[in-house]
Amino acid sequence: MAGVLGTSIKRREDPALITGRGKYTDDLKVEGMAHAAIVRSPYAHARIRGIDASAAEALPGVLAVLTARDVAAAGIPGVVPVGWLLPDLKTPAHPMIAADTVRHVGDAVAVVVAEDRYLARDAADRVAVDYEPLDAVADVVAALEDGAPAVHEEAPGNVAFDWEIGERESVDAAFASAAHTVELDLRNNRLIPHAIEPRAVLASYDSSTGEMTIHMTSQNPHVHRLLMTLASLGMPEHKVRIVAPEVGGGFGSKIHHYADEAIVGLCSMKLDRPVKWTATRTETNLTDAHGRDHSTHCALALDADGRITGLRVDTAAAMGAYLSTFAPAVPTYLYGTLMSGQYDIPAIHCHVTGVFTHTTPVDAYRGAGRPEATYVVERLMHLAGDATGLGPVEVRRRNFVPPDAFPYQTQVALAYDSGNYGPAMDRALEMIGYDDLKSEQASRRDNGGKQIGIGFSSYIEACGLAPSAVVGSLGAQAGQWESADVRVHPTASVTVYTGSSSHGQGHETTFSQIVADRLGIDPEAVEVIHGDTDLVQFGMGTYGSRSAAVGGSAIARSVDKIIEKGKKIAAHLLEASAEDLEYEDGSFRVAGSPDRSLALGDVALQAYLAHNYPDDLEPGLSATSFYDPANFTYPFGTHVCVVEVDTETGSIELLRYAAVDDVGNVINPMIVDGQLHGGLAQGIGQALWENAVYDESGQLVSGSLMDYAVPKIHNLIPFELDRTTTPCPHNPLGVKGVGEAGAIASPAAVVNAVVDALAPFGISHIDMPLTPEKVWRAVNS
Amino acid sequence: MTVSIQLEVNGKPVQAAVEPRRLLVHFLREDLGLTGANIGCETSLCGACTVLLDGDAVKSCTMLAAQADGASVTTIEGLAQNGELHPLQEGFWEKHGLQCGYCTPGMILSANYLLAQNPSPNDEEIREGLKGNICRCTGYHNIVEAVKYAAERMS
Repeated sequence: MAGVLGTSIKRREDPALITGRGKYTDDLKVEGMAHAAIVRSPYAHARIRGIDASAAEALPGVLAVLTARDVAAAGIPGVVPVGWLLPDLKTPAHPMIAADTVRHVGDAVAVVVAEDRYLARDAADRVAVDYEPLDAVADVVAALEDGAPAVHEEAPGNVAFDWEIGERESVDAAFASAAHTVELDLRNNRLIPHAIEPRAVLASYDSSTGEMTIHMTSQNPHVHRLLMTLASLGMPEHKVRIVAPEVGGGFGSKIHHYADEAIVGLCSMKLDRPVKWTATRTETNLTDAHGRDHSTHCALALDADGRITGLRVDTAAAMGAYLSTFAPAVPTYLYGTLMSGQYDIPAIHCHVTGVFTHTTPVDAYRGAGRPEATYVVERLMHLAGDATGLGPVEVRRRNFVPPDAFPYQTQVALAYDSGNYGPAMDRALEMIGYDDLKSEQASRRDNGGKQIGIGFSSYIEACGLAPSAVVGSLGAQAGQWESADVRVHPTASVTVYTGSSSHGQGHETTFSQIVADRLGIDPEAVEVIHGDTDLVQFGMGTYGSRSAAVGGSAIARSVDKIIEKGKKIAAHLLEASAEDLEYEDGSFRVAGSPDRSLALGDVALQAYLAHNYPDDLEPGLSATSFYDPANFTYPFGTHVCVVEVDTETGSIELLRYAAVDDVGNVINPMIVDGQLHGGLAQGIGQALWENAVYDESGQLVSGSLMDYAVPKIHNLIPFELDRTTTPCPHNPLGVKGVGEAGAIASPAAVVNAVVDALAPFGISHIDMPLTPEKVWRAVNS
Repeated sequence: MTVSIQLEVNGKPVQAAVEPRRLLVHFLREDLGLTGANIGCETSLCGACTVLLDGDAVKSCTMLAAQADGASVTTIEGLAQNGELHPLQEGFWEKHGLQCGYCTPGMILSANYLLAQNPSPNDEEIREGLKGNICRCTGYHNIVEAVKYAAERMS
């Protein structure tokens, strides 16, 4: 249907969700279902001297208590694997259930299965574990110090990997001859994803068939099936079906394969009955992979004209106690490669040390590496604006990759396919009323009282993950294509089977728009199926802002194949040559003979009847595509944040937030804006409130919503959004991806704004989150 | 040991024998099959489990089923009347006030309470009224719009 692309049609997902009919994993109930509760280590590091489960087993209704001994006895691989390898990466084993040593608070030690949820919890509390507490290290810098407690014997000095990109020598030369240099020591605070739905799994094994169905909170059911069967349970892949029902948010945390889901699978196999486990908030906060947690020294060299000549970055990135699914890729290939930002930088060097700590593993969380890179580059650009006297706007403009320089090869591997950075900055300045704000700021500086600050963040991201050959050469143990099977039914309605797996993004709506636009039919005639390994043949899932760019492109390609086949069928029926057939508005037409045409439905019906049909064609009208992109996509934009800082109390008030983003062509503007809003809330949350805090013994002291400050509605303000449009040149839809942009850009914009407000106090940096206490201390020191 | 309770849920009388420690949210979800109220935390902070109890918005994860004895409970399943969506449900759909939908039943019921107290709230009053409900997807921008939409429809 013409005009359906780029239109804010309402989401077809919503009627079920606003009436309480949507079924999330914990909503599911099956006959004979038992409940699991997992016994977790209260210590960050300890030796397990013994486990006495007799008191738990004695409770009526308790069905089993399993420990590492049962994993070994089951003869299964029993581990949680890492799916991205770097050169010389240390890969100590991560057992499904800890055997003799626990390495973070929350490490699974045993599992109890009982007839009832409450009983399982009671019994778990009766499992007596005899621990010998050992010294622990939770801080990423402390873990690198001599004599720090070792997380794994296999990783001396707690170093998981040592990685670099770019040229150290040319950067050294740039600094040696620089007119201006700025440098910064910063922490990128550890975050807990906090999807509001905690992780959950319902595993149903049937010994009569040897099959297991697992309903679980997953962003990528096929990836979970592969890792679950291959590395954890040792089951044949074809005997396991994984279904992601409604999934209540993910933000990365439901990409990864965790011990808990595998443990519940083992319970179901052992008991030969369905077993459900749903994490409490505290459990999900102790076991969902966390995000960020970097300590970085960085510096920028500029010439006398304010042009960047070199960038140097040295980062210690926490991995936590074990390597999570994609953890090694996050602070390396999704971080170091983004260091050129929107700028033409002739020399860059980025060195990253991956560090084991006695904490929950760290992995991809909304933005995954790119927010950290943007934070480094955009904090330095703010300082460079001050050091050169050019200010934050001009120093950026002067260094933007010019629009005629695309494709632009950076010094850190990525080749930007397209971009036009100036207009987004122009529009952001216009929206925010920059000149007026500067006058207001000047007058407040003269008069004292609450100060205002204006912060910029001009970000780039690489998303639409990604060309398989490229990620393979970088260590990924998986391809990064996406599949789409599009089936036109005899009555011309359509079902799409996509490997992208929605968990709030509205794929069913947007993917139906893609098909409707290309096929010239009503979106209501298109059904979208996802999130089930028995229905979809294979898929890589939803993360890395890839579903529209990769999953959507696979769908577009399948539709194109269907049109090509339809032309051959129509040509046969119309006694014309297939080359002369055109497809428009839902009809096949002979070019130049408008009266000779067949509707899609006529052709679809004939494709299934095959009574009067081309000899060389198979019946049916469906097509499968595996779309492997030629490059990443490169969304960009400029965000501006305006804050008011009370220098008496240190409190910060958000006054304005304007974002101009270029995500390429837009399928559904309402959904795109919604994705930006959500990302902004998470990035602003990181800047101002959110922090996963461990004490020196490795206890997570901000493990619940009582002490981890997820932004609430009264903390935030309305967001002002606009767009520029530079279509992606290498995918059929010209789309780039939008899921992570808000979270990538906003931390730097907020911190730059606060630092700008505090410039009269000589403050050039405060680490996130910018709590009133930290601000007050900075002002008063 | 169980206690027997009698209450009204979405306009229908319910009688049950429950363990004294059974949470109202588990009673609704597991015993009555009303899975619209979700559980997102155990500290009464996320608000995903919010239901109406005699018209007040309460967090059903921090209340015992036994305490609901004699009360009238409305869950998200009971909000639409005669197949007609409630204006708040319409508003959340119209204004893209939800993404994953997990917080949505609680958010809508809290908004319902807010509008019962203040039929035409301004933005600030909406943000103040809904601060007991956490949404991780929307950044709240469109939730404010959704509630304004409903307030206009209901006035």
